[in-house]
Amino acid sequence: MNKNFTSIAACDLDYQTLNEYLRQTTAPCHITDCCGQRYIASGFGAKQIIIDGVPGNALGAYLNGASITVNANAQDAVGDTMNDGEIIIHGNVGDAAGYAMRGGRIYVKGNAGYRAGIHMKAYENKFPVMIIGGTAGSFLGEYQAGGVIIVLGLNSDKQDKIVGFFPCTGMHGGKMFLRSSCDKVQFPSQVSTRKATAEDLAELAEHLTRYCELFDYELNEILNAEFTVVTPNSNNPYKQMYVAN
Amino acid sequence: MMKLEGQIRIPSGCAIAAVISKEGKRFSGEMITNSMKPMHDRSNGLGGGFAAYGIYPEYKDCYALHMFFDERATRKNCEVFLKERFEIVKSEIIPTRKIPAITDAPIVWRYFVQPFKSLLDAMQLDEKEFVARTVMKINAEMKGAYVFSSGKNMGTFKGVGFPEDIGIFYKLEEYSGYSWTAHGRYPTNTPGWWGGAHPFTLLDYSIVHNGEISSYDANRRFIKMFGYKCTLQTDTEVITYIMDYLLRNKGLTLEEAASVIAAPFWSTIEAKDDQYDKEKHTFLRTVFSSLLITGPFSIVFGFNGGLMALNDRLKLRSMVVGEKDDKVYIASEEAAIRTMEPDTQNIYYPNGGEPVIIRLKDGVY
Repeated sequence: MNKNFTSIAACDLDYQTLNEYLRQTTAPCHITDCCGQRYIASGFGAKQIIIDGVPGNALGAYLNGASITVNANAQDAVGDTMNDGEIIIHGNVGDAAGYAMRGGRIYVKGNAGYRAGIHMKAYENKFPVMIIGGTAGSFLGEYQAGGVIIVLGLNSDKQDKIVGFFPCTGMHGGKMFLRSSCDKVQFPSQVSTRKATAEDLAELAEHLTRYCELFDYELNEILNAEFTVVTPNSNNPYKQMYVAN
Repeated sequence: MMKLEGQIRIPSGCAIAAVISKEGKRFSGEMITNSMKPMHDRSNGLGGGFAAYGIYPEYKDCYALHMFFDERATRKNCEVFLKERFEIVKSEIIPTRKIPAITDAPIVWRYFVQPFKSLLDAMQLDEKEFVARTVMKINAEMKGAYVFSSGKNMGTFKGVGFPEDIGIFYKLEEYSGYSWTAHGRYPTNTPGWWGGAHPFTLLDYSIVHNGEISSYDANRRFIKMFGYKCTLQTDTEVITYIMDYLLRNKGLTLEEAASVIAAPFWSTIEAKDDQYDKEKHTFLRTVFSSLLITGPFSIVFGFNGGLMALNDRLKLRSMVVGEKDDKVYIASEEAAIRTMEPDTQNIYYPNGGEPVIIRLKDGVY
């Protein structure tokens, strides 16, 4: 363990006490024996946190600039409504990762559960990015309104089905990159899919550089595959549902 | 007077957990009790409970009736009724521990009983149907008495409180079972009472449930036609009866029952490549359309010899499964599984509507 880090043994702490300890110091913190404590680092600005063990739901909710690294799986609602910062998960994430995030980055080495990136949005200079190394469950990017979701399907034996059922339901903004031909995936009618162009790949490479650094992948190996790009057909597909005024 | 459930509607959040030894090895209830601690915030102290399988080997041929009574006179009256129908092999108070966290406990009693053979012959009923009907009758008609467990070689333990406290209250560390399920309850607008805690059971079937069933009334009306009386108006009760109807009455397999209550979308059925599978799902959705359960749920269904975990088809609640050696662990959160076994392997997240079925190796229970 790096000696610059303040070490916090979480085993018998409830989430409030744990967050209190984190707030008491400006030094980077290393949490050990984490087991289900919710809301860790909620709303935190610049700070570095490393977590051993499984953090509870809503890890880094409303995160505002902190960097969180988890050396295990994380549970549901990672980075819920996060605004800025970086969450790095060396395992899998549960359901609803990046729920309504509007800034910052979530990097997952393993798989994501259902509804990853639900209601993700961009705002002025805010632009959220979520990269999932493995596969994603059903309802990926449900109601996505902005930002980028990337699913790589690395170590997946089903290259034609790296996302579950009903991806992009209600998607009306942002962009999705799926490292697959997506032949067996049914997309809803309000989105378009196409093969990634050279321009798309250049954008992708920018997002993936940090990811490859973190998880020790070769960027070119990852890029050397077919990518499907998904975007909404219209910026305002629900226009007809509202009164024009 | 305080209103009970049935007079008040209760939506609920919750936590669930389960552990089973596939080898049928028995272990104490301490592990499952501890599993509820990291999920403390999923409950609000208005209900906790456990189901335990394989705990009464010395009475394995008797139905174990666990009962709540509001007062001694009710128990005496109920015993008169039971004696008309059963040979009572043993009758005793269920041992509990006085702790500050658990208050206002009713009288908690258990009977090990065998139905009178002559009565079964006269009524032309099989044993299980006879017991099920007796349980329904007591719960619907006998004020102040409530049967909350009625299977063989199994039992449930439940009450008002946080689940980790309920486990201590019932001294679960003194029981030894091969399979355990647990529930922590978060009813949001009810006084909560002891009978309203999970698990909900009938015979050896038990259900712990996290969620809120929007189809409750449609399901209830359908199942009522077959003699199942929902006396509590909590949504979970109806799942127990649906499972009993589909498995015991209609003879469906667990997989088929899962396809009825968490049926895939028509578009998903339509896209199936396997023609047999497609026809089977179409059949089940058509014939049992009133038993489709909509709304969020994750459940663990316990029975003699195994467990089934299932999410609603949209997966609106979380569920994690893991394994280590002979044991399989299931919980709302991975943290609960890590509390039971820090070194759990093969952690995975079942899809919505995908049943996870664990059966004991043949003949080990």
